[in-house]
Amino acid sequence: MAEKLIVIGAGMASGRALEHLFETAPGAYEVTLFNAEPRGNYNRLMLSPVLSGEKTYEEIVTHDAAWYERHGVTCRFGEKVARIDRAAKVVISETGEELAYDRLLIATGSTPFMIPLPGHDLKGVVAYRDLEDTHRMIDLGAGVGPERTPRAVVIGGGLLGLEAAAGMAARGIEVTVVHIMGHLMERQLDESAGALLKAALEQRGIRVLCGANSKEIVGDNGHVAGLRLDDGRILPCDLLVMAVGIRPNAALGQAAGLEVNRAIVVDDHMVTSDPAILALGECVEHDGQLFGLVAPLYDQAKVVAATLTGAVARFVPQELSTKLKVTGCDLFSAGDFAEGEGREDIVFRDPARGIYRRLVLEGERLVGAVFYGDTSDATWYMGLIREKEPIGDRRDMLIFGPDFCGGHPLDPMGAVAASPAKDRTQGRNGMTQKIDMAGNSDRWLADTLAGRA
Amino acid sequence: MAKTICTTCPYCGTGCGVLATPDGRGGLSIKGDAAHPANQGRLCSKGSALGETVSLEGRALDPVFRGSRIKWDDALDLVAAKFLEAVDEHGPDSVAFYVSGQILTEDYYVANKLMKGYLGSANIDTNSRLCMASSVAGHKRAFGTDTVPGTYEDLEEADLVVLVGSNLAWCHPVLYQRLVMAKKMNPVLKVVNIDPRRTATSDLADLHLSVRPDGDVALFNGLLAQIVARGAEDRDWIDAHTSGAAQAIAVAQAGDPAESGLSAEELAQFYDLWIGTEKVVTMYSQGVNQSSCGADKVNAILNCHLATGRIGRPGMGPFSVTGQPNAMGGREVGGLANMLACHLDIENAAHRAAVQEAWGSPRICDHAGLKAVDLFRACGEGKIKALWIMGTNPAVSLPDAEAVSQAIARVPFVVVSDVLAETDTTRLADLVLPALAWGEKSGTVTNSERMISRQRALLPAPGQARADWQIIAQVADRMGWGDHFAYDSAADIFREYAALSGLAKRFDRDFDISGLKDITDAAYEAFQPVRWPVAEPGAEGGRFFADGQFYHADKRAKMLPVAAPAVTPLPRGFHLNSGRIRDQWHTMTRTGRSARLSQHLGEPFVEIHPEDAKAQGLGPADLARLTSDTGEAILRVLITERAARGAVFVPIHWTLATGAAGRVGPLVHEVTDPVSGQPASKQGRVDVEKFTAVWYGFAASSATCRSARPYWSIARTATGWSAELAGLRAPRDWEAEARYTLGLEAGTASVLEDPRKGTVRVAIHDDAGVLQGLFFAARQPVEVARRHAVELIGTKVPAGEALAGRPGADRPDPGATVCSCYNIGVNTLRAAVAGGADTVEKLGRATCAGTNCGSCKPELQALIDAISTTSKVAAE
Repeated sequence: MAEKLIVIGAGMASGRALEHLFETAPGAYEVTLFNAEPRGNYNRLMLSPVLSGEKTYEEIVTHDAAWYERHGVTCRFGEKVARIDRAAKVVISETGEELAYDRLLIATGSTPFMIPLPGHDLKGVVAYRDLEDTHRMIDLGAGVGPERTPRAVVIGGGLLGLEAAAGMAARGIEVTVVHIMGHLMERQLDESAGALLKAALEQRGIRVLCGANSKEIVGDNGHVAGLRLDDGRILPCDLLVMAVGIRPNAALGQAAGLEVNRAIVVDDHMVTSDPAILALGECVEHDGQLFGLVAPLYDQAKVVAATLTGAVARFVPQELSTKLKVTGCDLFSAGDFAEGEGREDIVFRDPARGIYRRLVLEGERLVGAVFYGDTSDATWYMGLIREKEPIGDRRDMLIFGPDFCGGHPLDPMGAVAASPAKDRTQGRNGMTQKIDMAGNSDRWLADTLAGRA
Repeated sequence: MAKTICTTCPYCGTGCGVLATPDGRGGLSIKGDAAHPANQGRLCSKGSALGETVSLEGRALDPVFRGSRIKWDDALDLVAAKFLEAVDEHGPDSVAFYVSGQILTEDYYVANKLMKGYLGSANIDTNSRLCMASSVAGHKRAFGTDTVPGTYEDLEEADLVVLVGSNLAWCHPVLYQRLVMAKKMNPVLKVVNIDPRRTATSDLADLHLSVRPDGDVALFNGLLAQIVARGAEDRDWIDAHTSGAAQAIAVAQAGDPAESGLSAEELAQFYDLWIGTEKVVTMYSQGVNQSSCGADKVNAILNCHLATGRIGRPGMGPFSVTGQPNAMGGREVGGLANMLACHLDIENAAHRAAVQEAWGSPRICDHAGLKAVDLFRACGEGKIKALWIMGTNPAVSLPDAEAVSQAIARVPFVVVSDVLAETDTTRLADLVLPALAWGEKSGTVTNSERMISRQRALLPAPGQARADWQIIAQVADRMGWGDHFAYDSAADIFREYAALSGLAKRFDRDFDISGLKDITDAAYEAFQPVRWPVAEPGAEGGRFFADGQFYHADKRAKMLPVAAPAVTPLPRGFHLNSGRIRDQWHTMTRTGRSARLSQHLGEPFVEIHPEDAKAQGLGPADLARLTSDTGEAILRVLITERAARGAVFVPIHWTLATGAAGRVGPLVHEVTDPVSGQPASKQGRVDVEKFTAVWYGFAASSATCRSARPYWSIARTATGWSAELAGLRAPRDWEAEARYTLGLEAGTASVLEDPRKGTVRVAIHDDAGVLQGLFFAARQPVEVARRHAVELIGTKVPAGEALAGRPGADRPDPGATVCSCYNIGVNTLRAAVAGGADTVEKLGRATCAGTNCGSCKPELQALIDAISTTSKVAAE
């Protein structure tokens, strides 16, 4: 007799966990899947291409109805869970229905943070989180009337805000990005890279205001009409998108008396303070850390599947990478790129081509990378960060990518290197060999250099 | 199709014939002249690259007085007035000319005539003083005249060639190639190389003798003593044709050959070879001449040849090879302060009277003038009021060059005739006169074997440049002696000069070309190389002295007793040796324009032995500061076992125009040979210490690089210029530093910074995305594939790739240039050797390297040997 597994939340994390579960232990559980959104699992990361029109919703669906059916999943889409009764091991839906579970998986994700500005509850003030938000923006692009271009304001010059802005701009909307910090994506980019990005966005008609403080959302007839800044300027708009961050959605867990800090606390096996209850994704806190990117969520999904099948697996947080999904704005950031004691930067700027690369080293290791304009070799850098490989003598060449990191040590005396009775050669492995000339042996420059090229 | 013109190479004293074909766009294509007896079609790397040195970039094209262009008439009036004024107020010896072994015989003749016959002073000396004066003095002491007895064919005739103080492979590459060929054709031929340091020439030698600096006299005195000890002297010849043999032999016997610094075995080996081989040529160059006992070294060598009668016969004799294209011509016209004209003597009243009569001149100098070093010392003492420097760069090349620069600056009126507007010396001039360069001027030169050849004009005179003889004659005209300087052409001058040399008959001198005195303009134009003496029309000179007839009053050669100098260990520091490198010539004013030539050794360096380097804390690619009593230099360290322990070698070519501190001149003290007045340029003493820079840099630009840092040197590249740099303070603004260094104000800068490691790289692209400059800086000597970086300039390579400074995975770095002619890098050659090209010939077929001028063949052979040694070791 299969055990009962209830999953709350049909996002990317729980979807991946189910895939692993059905793969390793088909039939072990009878699964019921709640989702507040009236649909199953789709690739939320791909909402931006949907917004910009490069993809359709159908193309980003991960699990369709057939998949759920094939795996015997009872789908309760569009239904919210009201609370959990841990003692009775039941969940109670918002309609009051009780469902018993043997194991419970909480995957409630996160909620966009809405700045409580005056007017934040006006119609037309949205977040950028799900397909509904996306459709609001798409619909705006369809027009507000024949005589005027639709206008939108995005508060927040981070990853999500800029993807929303670019997507709307691609749909012909006049977009203004309002960012409180001095430059865009300040957590990932330094000032010059931020400036490159700003220029690229402006090139596609997006107006970018940095160092701008929002004061009040101005309404007209209950609908957003503009954003007033603290300098008095009003930015008229038909839609206002807030993309200033997310908050873990831990309310259910908290109400159920699970240990919750900033989010639902899980151990290395993704088990909460209640052994029958697991959690994963943006709603959890592991080792003091929250999660907002997809890669660790997939790792968690593997651990969840293992734990559910009685295997032992541990979640070890890996370094993270992000990519801005705005076509033409190639941006990649990985690992930890905050400045700090013992942190060393290698920075490359090519303003003509709009390329920026920053590597962050700690001791002998690469711990972070931020690329703008050219993200080729991103996976190679990701590997270096993940493997914690010592950089050693590749440091000078590191920023140029793998093509330049395997070669021979070079000779700083290249200019005077062709003297006759002295020579050196390099083996195929790039190591330097010593050659003695007949009766005329010389020290090879490269001998000493081999160690530090 | 443009006409091909036969001319002569303007570099070393080999005097190679060149076939030049103007391409109609201001350039030339260059080939060796197979019909020229000196080179028989061969050319070295420098000669082959002549076509790359004729651009007008940087040329002096107008007379310039203190920074302003002036008219020729005003310039000539000014020179005439200033020189006459000085002579009037302070006497003839208050004026001086300092001329050059690179001006033509006709120029030399006119300058000498104006100074000695009209201004009335013998204050005309030449940079040949730095090169040949000790040989001249040695020849005159032994033979009575400055006579080179042999011909180049002696190299092919000999069974033993002893090279003394001569890196023939780099300094006279075509003679070296002749010797290589001779050795191939004649397996008996042995080569001995005598040089404190190992050089490219050592590779050909059967025996290399690392003689102690200035141990040559002890070595050859030991040889003379051994000749006698073994009864190998030619007693009949000595008795019949020499004087002074007994004293010379006694002094030699009193000496200790161990003072040569060679072991008993080495000495025995050398003496066996020399004494046992009748057909022996002892060929010597600057290692002998540039010494405080240079003249004595020459006589110690000549004594051995005189004692055995091995002189003037095929394959036998002493042979001085000159360093400059027309050092011999200058000696022949008498363009040195202690000569008169045509091998006649200043001290001889009859000679003076005859020359004055021939010239019809108002006066004639009656005592020797100031030799180069003394001349500039007199400048510094305020004794010289007007100085005219022609075609040379004494602010770089003389000993204690810093003091010389200050001395020149003290002279109230300095004229410099040069082909370049900006040299270390023109910077000190009041008046710069634009002279014709090689390829534009026309006249004759004489090479080391007395062969007179034509240099011919191939290109039009640029701007307002004029021939040196023309400038001098026009000044003479303004001085009031126009009738005596009314030359219409170089041929006019040559005829007068040839006629004057007829005095040789009256005074029994060697130099006589009076057989050419009636040469027509057409015959002069069609002139074929001819060896002097040419006493009668159609005559052709051969070897001297086989008949035992010399030019002293008693017709005998003098064997001079020459004692070896006392061996005095240096109080501290290192011996300083200086010399040329393969692909540069003098102060690079010409060769420095060729990208190919600038790549072989592109930076001023100091060669030092590994043990010495270790003791001084010097590592490969470090910079070293060399300090002497007179000056200092900062140079790249080249650690090599070629250098002798306790001695360092520094090339002579770098100037203030090409580097911050790469001049060897300021390091060399003013010591001269008391007989010849030749500076002891290979005999300095320096302290060597590490120069620790805070940062090191390399730059490549489409524009001319420059720097204000304590160490920099620039070199021409195929795409512009490159620079090596080092600084004591990190710049606040690296981009600004890069832009200044690269000479690029415009364009977009891409910057790579690793502040913790101190690495900075800057690329500058123009608006069209073309890379104009690359700048690399690091706390250690910069590791960059320099040639690769240079090749990227002018391409649309993205900054991210260019700043890597090395080829990516799929593009091999050709490596440092070995073959200049075909621009073949060392890595390319290694690959070819690894692929089976195990001889120089095969390597040539595989890569073209060494198949043009052949100057790099010793290096190719060394490379093959090195790789085969390694693979043998690996196989064992």
